[in-house]
Amino acid sequence: MKPLRKRRLMFVLSIVIGVGAAVALGLFAMKQNINLFYSPQEIVQGNAPKNTLIRLGGLVVAGSVKRAPDSLKVMFDLTDNAENITVSYEGILPDLFREGQGIVTMGELKDDGNFVASEVLAKHDENYMSPEVAEAIKKAEAEAKARKPKTYN
Amino acid sequence: MSESGQDNSSQNKSDQNRQLLFLLPLLLFVAMAVLLATGLGKDPTELDSQLIGKSIPGFQKTLLFSPNKTISEKELQGPALINVFASWCPACYTEHPYLMQLAQSKAVKIYGLNYKDKRDKGQKFVNDLGNPYDLILFDDNGRLGIDMGVYGAPETFVINSDNQIVYRHVGIVNLDVWQNILRPRMFANQEGSASKSTGQAAK
Amino acid sequence: MIPEIGNLALAFGLALALIQFVVPLVGIATHRWRLAIIAKPAAIGQFFFVCLAFVCLAYSFYANDFSVAYVASNSNRSLPVAYRIGATWGGHEGSLLLWVFMLSSWTLAVALLSKSLPALTRTRVLSVLGFVSVGFLIFILFTSNPFDRLLPVFPVDGSDLNPLLQDPGMVFHPPLLYMGYVGFSVAFAFALAALLEGRIDTLWARWVRPWTQAAWMFMTLGIAAGSWWAYYELGWGGWWFWDPVENASFMPWLLGTALLHSLAATEKRGVFKAWTTLLAIAAFSFCLLGTFLVRSGVLTSVHAFANDPVRGTYILVFLGVTVGASLILFAVRGSKVSVTSWYNLLSRELLFLINNLILAVVTIMILLGTLQPIIADFFNLGKVSVGPPYFNTVFNILMAPLIFLVGLGPIVNWRKYEYSELVKRTRLSLLASIVVGLLVAVLADDKIFTDRLQLFVGAFLIVWVLVLNIVDWWKKAAKKNRNPLLGLFSISPSFLGMYFAHIGLAIVVFGVVFSSHLSIEKNLRLGIGQTQEVAGYEFYFEKISDVVGPNYDAIRGHFIVKQDGENVAILHPEKRQYRVSGQWMTEAGIDANLARDLYVAMGEKIPESNDWAVRIYVKPFVSCLWLGSILMGIGGLLAMTDKRYRAKVKQKLGISDDAVVSGAA
Repeated sequence: MKPLRKRRLMFVLSIVIGVGAAVALGLFAMKQNINLFYSPQEIVQGNAPKNTLIRLGGLVVAGSVKRAPDSLKVMFDLTDNAENITVSYEGILPDLFREGQGIVTMGELKDDGNFVASEVLAKHDENYMSPEVAEAIKKAEAEAKARKPKTYN
Repeated sequence: MSESGQDNSSQNKSDQNRQLLFLLPLLLFVAMAVLLATGLGKDPTELDSQLIGKSIPGFQKTLLFSPNKTISEKELQGPALINVFASWCPACYTEHPYLMQLAQSKAVKIYGLNYKDKRDKGQKFVNDLGNPYDLILFDDNGRLGIDMGVYGAPETFVINSDNQIVYRHVGIVNLDVWQNILRPRMFANQEGSASKSTGQAAK
Repeated sequence: MIPEIGNLALAFGLALALIQFVVPLVGIATHRWRLAIIAKPAAIGQFFFVCLAFVCLAYSFYANDFSVAYVASNSNRSLPVAYRIGATWGGHEGSLLLWVFMLSSWTLAVALLSKSLPALTRTRVLSVLGFVSVGFLIFILFTSNPFDRLLPVFPVDGSDLNPLLQDPGMVFHPPLLYMGYVGFSVAFAFALAALLEGRIDTLWARWVRPWTQAAWMFMTLGIAAGSWWAYYELGWGGWWFWDPVENASFMPWLLGTALLHSLAATEKRGVFKAWTTLLAIAAFSFCLLGTFLVRSGVLTSVHAFANDPVRGTYILVFLGVTVGASLILFAVRGSKVSVTSWYNLLSRELLFLINNLILAVVTIMILLGTLQPIIADFFNLGKVSVGPPYFNTVFNILMAPLIFLVGLGPIVNWRKYEYSELVKRTRLSLLASIVVGLLVAVLADDKIFTDRLQLFVGAFLIVWVLVLNIVDWWKKAAKKNRNPLLGLFSISPSFLGMYFAHIGLAIVVFGVVFSSHLSIEKNLRLGIGQTQEVAGYEFYFEKISDVVGPNYDAIRGHFIVKQDGENVAILHPEKRQYRVSGQWMTEAGIDANLARDLYVAMGEKIPESNDWAVRIYVKPFVSCLWLGSILMGIGGLLAMTDKRYRAKVKQKLGISDDAVVSGAA
C-alpha cells in the first residue's frame, strides 16, 4: 500500500502544480491584456494611461474626417458630447464607419495627447449602439449638467 | 485489472473527502450562475435609471412631416407617452394597431419619435398604418435617442404631468402593458399615496 | 394558415415532449412498464410535429408570407430562394427552432437505433432528451415564437436578411454547428441515465461513443465552416477572432474532445468513470451556456443579435435547472459509479488523463476570458475586455504540450508501457522533429526571437505528430496486409478515424502556424490602372465595373495577378450595397490553392480621387485549416462506423479484450 499511496500523492501533487501553473499563466496573460474602456472626457481629464493599449469610444464628429492625400492615413474626432479627442488611424475603415456613428477604437494615447488607433471597430448592425459608448455619452452629459450650476452661481 | 481497485479497505477513510470532491462542480457552477445573473441584471434596460425622475432632455428637432419646423422639449406637455418607432423595426408594425386604438380612445397623448430612420420611409410607415401621434419628432441621427437612453425600437417613455420621465418601457405596447405598467406610473404623482399603497390597483 | 399549423405543431410537439419526459419516469418509479415504453412513440411523434413546424416556417419564407413577423424581419421578396430557405435559421427564433428540430432528430435516432440498449437505460435516455426538448419548446413558444403574426396590418415587403448572412457559408454553418451542439445532449442524457442507474460499465461507454463521435464530427465541421465564412465574408482576412460567439462554440468542442478520449479509456480500461460522466454533463452545459451567451446580450460581440432580457433570464433559469440538477445528481451518485483503480505512471490512461486536464484547463481559461467583462463589472473594476493576445498566449502555451501527446498517444499501450521502449520508438522522430524545427526557425527571415521560437515549436510539433502517427498507422497496416499500402484502409475504423483526426489536427496546426507567420498583408491606396507588388505577386487593378445582383448593386474590382510575368489569377472583389437595408458589404476576391491564398478586398473609394483603399493579402497555407478540419471530421465519421458499436451484445460485460490489436483507441 505504501508505495501506492506515495505515488498517488506525487501524482495529485503534480496535477495541482500543473493546473496551478496554468492558472497563474492565465492570470498573468489576462493582466497584461486587459483593455480598459475610456471616454473622450476621461482622456481629457487625464485619467487614461499613456502608451498603453486602451479602448476609446464615442461618436464620430461630423465634418472631422480628414484624409491624407497619398496614403490611407485618416484623422477624425470622437466625442461624447463633452470633449473631443482626435484619433489618427492608418488602414481601412469598416463598412459601417460613418459620421455620427458610434464606434469603438483600440489604440494608444500618445504623450502629445493624440490617440493613435490600431483598430477601428464598428458593429455589423447600423442600428446598434455599443452600450459602452452610449453610457459614456450619458455619463458625460450628466456630469456636465451637474457642473453647470457651480460655475454660474 | 480494472476491477482490482474496488477493494474497499482503504476507501472508507477518504470517503468524506471524495464526497466533497464530487460536490465541487456544483459549487463552481452555482458561483458562475450567480455571476451570469448579475450580468443579466446590468442589462441595457436597467442602464438609464438616472434618467428616471429627470425632465425630458433638451433638444431641437424637426417634425417628421414638416422638415422646416423645429421644436424643442418645451413644446411637449405631459402626461403623455413618447413612442420610439422606426420603419426598419418589425415589432413596431405589431404594436402600431394598438397605439391607434389608444389614440382613438383619447386616453392619453402620444408623441412619436421616429428613430434613426429615413424621412420618406418614416412618413410612409405613418401614412400606411395611421397616425396615432400628436406630433412626430424626426431623429435621423439618433442623438435624442441617445440622450433618452434608447437602445432600439420600439420603446415607450412615460411622461407625467410635470414633464418628468417616470418610466421607460422596452418592447411593444399592448392593452396589458398600458393598463398595468404605463398608466399607473403616468398618474402616480396625481393619485398620490392612496394608489401607492394598493400597488397595481389601477386595473 | 400555414403559420397556424406550424404553431399548433409546436404545441403538439411540446405536449409529446412533456409526455416523453414525465410518463416514463413515473412508469419506472412505480414499476408500471406500460407507462415507461411510451417514451419511444412519444419521441417519434415529437419529431413528426417539430419537423412539421420547421417545414411550415421554411414554407412561410419560401412563400414570402410577411404577415409572419419573423419572416418580415429576416427576408425580402428580392432575396434569392436559396437564401430565403437559409433565412429560416437566420435569426433568433428560427435558429432556436432549428435547434429543437435537430434535437428531435437526434432523439428519433436514439429511439430507433438503440435496440441493443437495456430497455431501462433507453427509457431514461429518452426521458432526459424529452426534458431538454420541453425546455426549448417552452422557450420558443413563449418568448421567441417564429410564427407570431403581424396582424391586421403587415408590411408589403420584408426588411431583408442581414447581408452578412446572405452567403453559402451561412447556409451550412448553423445546421452543422447545431447538430454538434445538440448531439452532445445524447451523451448528456446517457450520463444522467447512468447516474440514475448508479452503474457505468464498458458497455455503457460503447453505447455513448458513436453518439459522441457523431456530435464531435458535426461540431468540428461546423466550427470550420464558421471560420471559413468569417475569413471571406467579413473582408478582413482573419479566420478566428476569439469573439464570445466563437468561444461559445469552441468551449464545448474542447470538452467534447476531452470526452472522446476519456470515453475511450472508460470503454477499454474501465477508468475515469465519474470523470467521464462529469465531462458529458459539462460538454452539454457549455452548449447551453453558449446559447445563453449568444442570446442574452450579457456580452457584446460582432455577432450583434437582437437581445432580450426576458430571453436571457429564461435561458439562465433553464441552464440553472438543467445543469444544477445534473450536478446535484453527480454529487450524490458520482462516487457510486467511480472506481479507484490505479494505473501505471506511463500508460495510455495517464496520457489521456493529461489530455483531459489540459483540455479542461484551456476551456476554463477561455471561459474566464470570455466572461471577463462580467467578472470585472461584478467587482466594479471598470469596463474591461480581454483581447485576442490573452487567448492566444494562454491557448498556445497550454495546447503545445497537448499536441506533443498526440504523437505519443497511439504508441503508448494501455496499462503499462516501458520508458526504454518509448525512447526507442520515438528517438528518430524526435531527432527529425528537432532538425526540421531548427531549420524552419533559422531559415525564417526578419523574425524576432519569439517568432522564431513559435516557428520552432510549431514545426517540431507538426513533424512529431505526423511522423509518429503515420509510422504507427503503417505498422498496423503491415500487420494486416503484406503490402502495407493496401493495408492502410483495412485496419479497424476506430484506428483509421484516430489517424485521420490526428493527422488532420497536425495539418490544422500547420495552417495556423505558417499562415500566421508567413502571411503578408498590405492595406494600401491603389488607383485604377496601378500595379502593386506583394510577396512576389503583381496585383494589377485593371478596372471597376457595376454589377446588378438579385437584391444588391455592387461595384466590382477587376484585379489581374501576375507572377514572373504570367497570369496566375483574376480576382473580383466587390463592394455590395443591399437595396433594402442600404447596408454596404465587402466581398473578398480570393484565389485559393493548397500553398497559398491570394486575397483582395476593397475598402472604400477615397473621396475626390480615383483611388480605392484596398487590402491585398498573400496568405500561404490558409487552406490547410479547412483541409485539416475536414480530415478531422472524416476521422470522427470513420470512428463511428466501427462494427463493434453495432454488434448485438449478448453477454452483459466486457468484450474489451477481444480487441483486434492491443489497445484500440
